[in-house]
Amino acid sequence: MASVTADASAAEAGSANEQPVFYVTDEHEHAEGGSTQLGFWLYLMSDCLVFAVLFATYGVLGGSFAAGPSPKDLFDLPLVALNTTMLLLSSITYGFAVLEMQKNRVSPMLLWLAITGLFGAAFLGIELFEFTHMILEGATPKRSAFLSSFFTLVGTHGLHVTFGIIWMITLIVQVRMFGLTDANKRRLLCLSMFWHFLDVVWIGVFTFVYLMGVLR
Amino acid sequence: MSTDSHTSHAIAPKTGHDDVHGHGDGHPVSTFKGYMTGFVLSVILTAIPFWLVMSGALDSKTATAVAILAIGAVQIVVHMIYFLHMTPSSEGGWTLMALIFTVVMVVITLTGSLWVMYHLNTNMMPMDPSQLP
Repeated sequence: MASVTADASAAEAGSANEQPVFYVTDEHEHAEGGSTQLGFWLYLMSDCLVFAVLFATYGVLGGSFAAGPSPKDLFDLPLVALNTTMLLLSSITYGFAVLEMQKNRVSPMLLWLAITGLFGAAFLGIELFEFTHMILEGATPKRSAFLSSFFTLVGTHGLHVTFGIIWMITLIVQVRMFGLTDANKRRLLCLSMFWHFLDVVWIGVFTFVYLMGVLR
Repeated sequence: MSTDSHTSHAIAPKTGHDDVHGHGDGHPVSTFKGYMTGFVLSVILTAIPFWLVMSGALDSKTATAVAILAIGAVQIVVHMIYFLHMTPSSEGGWTLMALIFTVVMVVITLTGSLWVMYHLNTNMMPMDPSQLP
């Protein structure tokens, strides 16, 4: 409404002084949340650039062991495979939650969302177990450039998963309180994109960091 | 009067705009079949590289590295299509445009950093003390 009056006055001023207008005067209204999906996608793409920089840093520094432990000494591939399984399972269970959401069935949706959160928590638990194990062996981020870049890259991904789980708990509470409103559905779809995006980043991590590291 | 004429004026470009950019095209519809296809494909595409590295099935390390990187790239595309529901027409093509731009930036960042730093390493690192005169 404000834009309409401002626009009208601008149009009057323009006609009175015959001055050219160099901006869009008729701001049309968007439906609420109409551009959220695209906006969130743009956020994910910018997040992608953050990870690209961290991957590049790891690619450059990944071979600088400073006479310290190398990936071969540290990485436990069966554990990484288990971790990958957890994240992959959480992706498909989130998919099931979205399917229930489309059918407007609240309880099954909440159940699948909770299962997704548990798989996410299992992933985090295994990752923290791996990190503590490494740190107790003396492979701390301070030990070498390889370990600094490793902990930064994998830790940033873990931090994203942590925030994803917090978001998931928030949405479980939201849906329980207000039901599957349009706004909540929109939020669930945004978290869906976020969660699947984290899985995509993890593909890069286990290929580039763990598998290539052991291969090196 | 002026407001009245303005509103009628404002509605016309809005509908035209929606036609062009497809803002109000609603949420992408997910199907059980789509998710299961994506899941089965990603399980296969995850198992193969782990098996390749853990069993050492390929004798050459370079061949193994190329294989797991290629499979990783394929798996990323699978996730994009089946889990993130990427289609060339979603949001009127703007998600795809943003993705293409990001991929270009990621490729420049990765190859650029690795290339420059590799040459810096080989050409400018101090020599081994034993090689000094």
